[in-house]
Amino acid sequence: MAIDATEVPDLVERMPAFPQGVTKVLDLASRPDCAPKALVQVIEHDPVMTMKVLKLVNSAYFGLSRPINSINHGVVYVGINTIKNLALSIAAIGMLPKSNKAGLDMNQFLAHSLGVASVAKLLATHLGVPDKDATDFFVAGLLHDFGKVVLAQFKPEEFRHCLDQAAEQERSLHEVELESHGISHDEIGGRLAEAWKLPTALAHAIHHHHHPEHGAEDGGDGMCEAVFAANQIVRSLGFGDAGNPLIAEFPPLVSERFGNDLSGLMSVLGDLSGEMEKARLFTQL
Amino acid sequence: MHFKFWGVRGSIPAPGPKTVHYGGNTTCIEVRGENNELLILDGGTGIFPLGQSLVPEFPLKVHIFITHTHWDHIQGLPMFLPIFVPGNEVTIHGAADPITQRDIGEVLARQMEYAYFPVREAELNASMSYLNIQEGQSVQVGGVNVRSMLLNHPVLNFGYRLECEGKVFVFTGDHEWPYNIYNKDDPDYPDYQQMVDEQRIRVVEFFRNADVLVIDTAYTDAEYPSRKGWGHGTFASSIEAAREAGVKRVFLTHHEPTRSDADLEAAFDEARKSHDVGRERDPQFELAREGVMVEI
Repeated sequence: MAIDATEVPDLVERMPAFPQGVTKVLDLASRPDCAPKALVQVIEHDPVMTMKVLKLVNSAYFGLSRPINSINHGVVYVGINTIKNLALSIAAIGMLPKSNKAGLDMNQFLAHSLGVASVAKLLATHLGVPDKDATDFFVAGLLHDFGKVVLAQFKPEEFRHCLDQAAEQERSLHEVELESHGISHDEIGGRLAEAWKLPTALAHAIHHHHHPEHGAEDGGDGMCEAVFAANQIVRSLGFGDAGNPLIAEFPPLVSERFGNDLSGLMSVLGDLSGEMEKARLFTQL
Repeated sequence: MHFKFWGVRGSIPAPGPKTVHYGGNTTCIEVRGENNELLILDGGTGIFPLGQSLVPEFPLKVHIFITHTHWDHIQGLPMFLPIFVPGNEVTIHGAADPITQRDIGEVLARQMEYAYFPVREAELNASMSYLNIQEGQSVQVGGVNVRSMLLNHPVLNFGYRLECEGKVFVFTGDHEWPYNIYNKDDPDYPDYQQMVDEQRIRVVEFFRNADVLVIDTAYTDAEYPSRKGWGHGTFASSIEAAREAGVKRVFLTHHEPTRSDADLEAAFDEARKSHDVGRERDPQFELAREGVMVEI
């Protein structure tokens, strides 16, 4: 598809956010009594806004001594008004169209991303990760498929071809992408996160969400594995759709981390309909 | 090292008989290093009389550190005499605008555009340079080391810590201590509180053992609840932080423009009583006053 990964950061600068996020940010920011937490909630449920805010707060503009993983963390460092104005400047670009030439349904995509985010956070708690770090798992889940938004926006025809092929042949989307064009959405998202100096664990979790064995760190807290597992769980539940028809079994690394295979872990987690319903609320306009 | 207050008022100049003692100019502090290096913190309206006083030193080199670009901290810059005189070297340090991605020079040049000011930035006769500041960065001006730290305000605001021959001077610019944006029963409350607590520790470390701390103390404790989120400190927050950081001498600044000299002293007296100021090992607390020079 002749996509040059080094061009992606510049392309994404001009990329609008999801209509849900844009509409809510414009509404909130027009109210003088806008509660900071309401604004944070909107940003942290929009993959584009989240990515761009994390990009800014981790950029050389701030030179902060440690990487910033979450929107809340960003607010503590740079203040709510700077975050609000940044969200407004993103909203001013416009909105991602609900449908695109690639044929990726953006509402279904958002539902998938939010579902994976919620389940990744649940899995963090399941793994005994402290609450404050569990939010980082949510962010990783939200952003794991970011590369697909980039492809749908900037290489729609090539991406449509991949989506069609994956559906027809019942093959894994990232493998079709790799075979057709030499680069897949996980790598695009991961390289973007690296170029923008997002925290390493987050960049790895995005980059290696189909192959956690490449990104998991020895002694790490399991973010890569959790995003992989959450991705399969949400697809098994049939919640949302990001274009990949296949549900992958857990590789040994993931099974070891959770002490279970996919169906075993799903039984342990029990009924997730409440979580999915919460996620669905954020896909509504 | 010594310094002099040329402006201590917050938000907008407040001239008149009721503010004549503490002064009506907005923020500007002149700092001199041991070799008479000239540093200026903020270019509020106080920088105008400061500029007049510098004529005998022309041609001069001056480094201006802007805490943030709200009007009361930059409004005097276009009238700062040294920028019009050939041979002067003026270096301005400050935060770039992260929203529009304009650097500090572009942000400041805008207040000299046609609609706002008769002389364009490009027409200034002094040698002007602009440097974007990043958090944690150190800038050396002669024997004075200036370190910066982002402090919470509705725009990027850098606090500056100046060190010279073992003496330490810290200025916050405008600063409100970060607070928890969640309610106690929200699930995010405890994590956010932990981040707030960690940030407080970092800021207190930035103030640590300063010989002089000049700190934003805009509001009384009673005024604060209706002004929460506006980006300013209170008597209580300043007193507590100075104690915690082991500061020796504290000047409370960013006086409310509506506050008369008498009201300001009354507010300060009340805060001293309610916070038991003057107890053993307490820092020395004073109200910042225009025209006062202090040897550190």
